[in-house]
Amino acid sequence: MRSGILAKKVGMTRLFLEDGRQVPVTVLQLDNLQVVAQRTKEKDGYTAVQLGAGSPKIKRVSKAMRGHFAAASVEPKRKLAEFRVTEDNLIDVGAELSAEHFLAGQKVDVSGTSIGKGFAGVMKRHNFGGLRASHGVSISHRSHGSTGQCQDPGKVFKGKKMAGHMGAARITTQNLEVVRTDADRGLIMVKGAVPGSKGGWVTVKDAVKKKLPDGVPFPAALKSAAAAAHVAEAVDAPEGGAEE
Amino acid sequence: MNLIAQIEAEQIASLGKKIPDFKAGDTVRVGYKVTEGTRTRVQNYEGVCISRKNGSGIAGSFTVRKISFGEGVERVFPLYSTNIDSIEVVRRGRVRRAKLYYLRARRGKSARIAEDTNYKPGNAGA
Repeated sequence: MRSGILAKKVGMTRLFLEDGRQVPVTVLQLDNLQVVAQRTKEKDGYTAVQLGAGSPKIKRVSKAMRGHFAAASVEPKRKLAEFRVTEDNLIDVGAELSAEHFLAGQKVDVSGTSIGKGFAGVMKRHNFGGLRASHGVSISHRSHGSTGQCQDPGKVFKGKKMAGHMGAARITTQNLEVVRTDADRGLIMVKGAVPGSKGGWVTVKDAVKKKLPDGVPFPAALKSAAAAAHVAEAVDAPEGGAEE
Repeated sequence: MNLIAQIEAEQIASLGKKIPDFKAGDTVRVGYKVTEGTRTRVQNYEGVCISRKNGSGIAGSFTVRKISFGEGVERVFPLYSTNIDSIEVVRRGRVRRAKLYYLRARRGKSARIAEDTNYKPGNAGA
């Protein structure tokens, strides 16, 4: 099990593909995504990586958190998230993650905090049908109907769907397809909608219900690794360039 | 420019499509790519553009209405669809509405649109 990533929802757009299909996509952005801490078996009893993203104003970071970031010697982050990983997939503290962590065509699960709807009625909250528009219905056109039986059982069963607070909850959307990644700008384009509002933070993980495709980077796609590969290419390039 | 607008602008540039200046009321001919088995050919669809929606960006679309064998047919095309081979303006119409949905209720003579004989490009959003 490898780490997921912490990303910011930028917004939605559409892509027109060469074969005539158009795909609605949500654009997610990796904003200075770095490993801030590790959780190890010896110290914490489980293994995980803590990732941080975003760049806040320094004065808005508490002294305690400044100490936490200083211990990892990384820039202060806006948002932190922990990802459980197996021991061999731990990533060094300070390593920067790149958008190539996911491959195009791969399925991912995206979690975020959904947009709050406040106190919502049953029609909006649970897709109830409401009552009739006429035939004696008065005032209660959008209400629910009966909430149960009679003297026996004499109570409303727990879990009965009723009006109440809706949204602003942690929602996971499973099996979204990664359509495109852009490592330069740190963008991941995921097919379909993702929970939360624009500017909200979401976590993206490999889909738990789909097989991981071949060629995904382990333990993660790191910017340092990409840079090293780039340098190696540059070293090879002069010979290649001379031949051309 | 925000990131989404930037991505959309890049995509419009990479698609390299030339969208002619047209608006509701104009008669247009759309070359639409049709795949039959393995072969693709271009099918022309000609009619009156009765609406333009969502601007001229990547999300833009337009509706073309024509009378086919006595039956009104409407098709909605995304402006930047890769299935569209060409868009050609056949005739400029003079209308006073942005959406010509009133044409749906009309037949024959009353469903005609006067031609805009001295059309000046650039005065309408396209």
